[in-house]
Amino acid sequence: MPPVSDQPALRCDQLHRYLGADEGRVHVLRGVDFTAERGRVYAIVGPSGCGKSTLLYQLGLLDRPDDGRIWIAGELMSGADDGLRTAARCRHVGFVFQFHFLLLEFTALENVMLPMRKLGRLDPAAMADRAASLLAAVGLVGKTGRAAAHLSGGEQQRVAVARALANEPTVILADEPTGNLDAANSELVFGLLTDLARQNGQAVVLVTHNPEIAARCDEVRPMRDGQFIR
Amino acid sequence: MPPNLRIALRFLTARKRSMLMSLAGIVFGVGFFIVTQAQTSGFEDFFIHTILGTNGALRVEYHIQTSAEPDAPAAPPGTRVSSDGSIQDPARVAAAVRQFDNVSGVALVLQSEVDIVSSAFAAPARIYGVNLDDQLAVSDLGRQIIRGDLADYRRAPNGALLGSTLAEWLHLGVGDTFTIEAGDQTRRYRISAIYETGIRDIDKERVYLHLDEARSLLQRPGAASYIQVSLFDPDRAPEDARRIQTVIQHTVSSWQQREKSWLEVFRALRVSSAITVSTIILVAGLGIFNTLALLVMEKTKDIAILRSMGYTRHDIARIFLWQGLLVLVLGAVLGCLLGAAGTWGVSRLPIRIRGIFSTDSFVVSWSVWHYVEAVVTASVVVVIASLVPARRAARLEPGDIVRGTAQ
Repeated sequence: MPPVSDQPALRCDQLHRYLGADEGRVHVLRGVDFTAERGRVYAIVGPSGCGKSTLLYQLGLLDRPDDGRIWIAGELMSGADDGLRTAARCRHVGFVFQFHFLLLEFTALENVMLPMRKLGRLDPAAMADRAASLLAAVGLVGKTGRAAAHLSGGEQQRVAVARALANEPTVILADEPTGNLDAANSELVFGLLTDLARQNGQAVVLVTHNPEIAARCDEVRPMRDGQFIR
Repeated sequence: MPPNLRIALRFLTARKRSMLMSLAGIVFGVGFFIVTQAQTSGFEDFFIHTILGTNGALRVEYHIQTSAEPDAPAAPPGTRVSSDGSIQDPARVAAAVRQFDNVSGVALVLQSEVDIVSSAFAAPARIYGVNLDDQLAVSDLGRQIIRGDLADYRRAPNGALLGSTLAEWLHLGVGDTFTIEAGDQTRRYRISAIYETGIRDIDKERVYLHLDEARSLLQRPGAASYIQVSLFDPDRAPEDARRIQTVIQHTVSSWQQREKSWLEVFRALRVSSAITVSTIILVAGLGIFNTLALLVMEKTKDIAILRSMGYTRHDIARIFLWQGLLVLVLGAVLGCLLGAAGTWGVSRLPIRIRGIFSTDSFVVSWSVWHYVEAVVTASVVVVIASLVPARRAARLEPGDIVRGTAQ
């Protein structure tokens, strides 16, 4: 078996997912195969309800597939117990959600430090330094101590990007990261996310409805009725 | 600081007002619990202390005769009390009792019901013939004197010590004389001192005379109705009573046995007040449950984001348990301070009680166990109240939350 670093950042094989029960049961993912290589940016596009977000949560181990397999950094995670999946999320996955999902009682700096505190690889001072440098990288130098609730939407999303990068994850999964932002902020957030990920050799998989954003990714995977159509 | 505690501290501020209400409930619940326990225990301790200081820890009474009859009171199977209802050779029995290791003092007492007549009033009473030095060794009589002088009593063969309530009824003071009518005997005595135990039943009927004088008055030379025994460790009285009874073949009753009905009353009072006050803590616990349950609903997105970062189900449960524990710790500390201040305040309240007890202020007991009991009660309530929302938070599936289908 090749070393883990030679493995794709993320891979899934014949992923199936049903949602709902009885007569309302819907086959949302119908045998999806997908591979994300390190240092590359992937856009998953498609109409609403085609299964893009469901696939993203499957890939990020937030949800379990009904069938199929998922590997992250070469480790098979689809059948792993909750503890292993949670540890893999902490170590290998960074999430950016459409609506920021920051902890509003915490400052920008503290939000970025949250995943680092859980991973526990750095001492508190080093965590604070790294969080500050990530916030500086996303253009929030003077706002590290500001409560998340008091930041604008664009600033909150930049904090979310910095937080996703905090533990140097293998893959960053972003669910419409620019969907709630104006054109200028969309451009800024997308640029930061992709530049920093490419710099660090991380894979980025983003779900988007924005064709301009999709066009700037390394690979675009259109989806319909729970399957990639090419 | 652990990350879960740090998050819990911040989440606490999310529902500040309801958390403060719950905190206030715990503070008042713990505080009132302590104050009521201090009060009820205070009266109980006062009663026990007075009983021990007046009647002693053990009482040796009737000689036990070995017999086949099975209905002997307080005697081992196969024995019964002697028919004359007295102690055989009291001095010898007293000397034998004195040999037991936990015994600190022994006094012979000759007791009888009599009538007391002053210049204007008459009242039934009970005389207690005692040897003063022996009685001082087995009781708090020396400290119970409120007027007059024991030295005068010691010198005067016709001296008497009267209970304060009895003296009041008869309108008698120190130096006054009265007569005692016992059988065909009538003799005059002078009040050397007046004592007050604080227990009305004793203070209203008991008259101490010199033992020899009482024997002479009652025409029972060398007799004793019982032997009063004090112990170094009064809590050991039931075991010592059994041990001594077996050896000396006289019935021996412990103070716990003699005062069983009063002790049961105090216990019932203590338990009922604890239950009543615990409802405050229970209501506070419901408040915490309510607040945390609402917080879990409000924080589902935060729970999802924490789970997406790698926080485990246990971490999420701990975050909500920490919130309950923080309220508990702060509530317990402030509640204990309130309880201590309240107990001190209550002990200073001027209140004149003249019933079972005689006291001019609330009697309180300072015991660490009241604080332990209050904190344990609050802990049980708060932990249960926090556990349910915490478990619910831990069960939430992050995928369901971000999809918007969390239940």
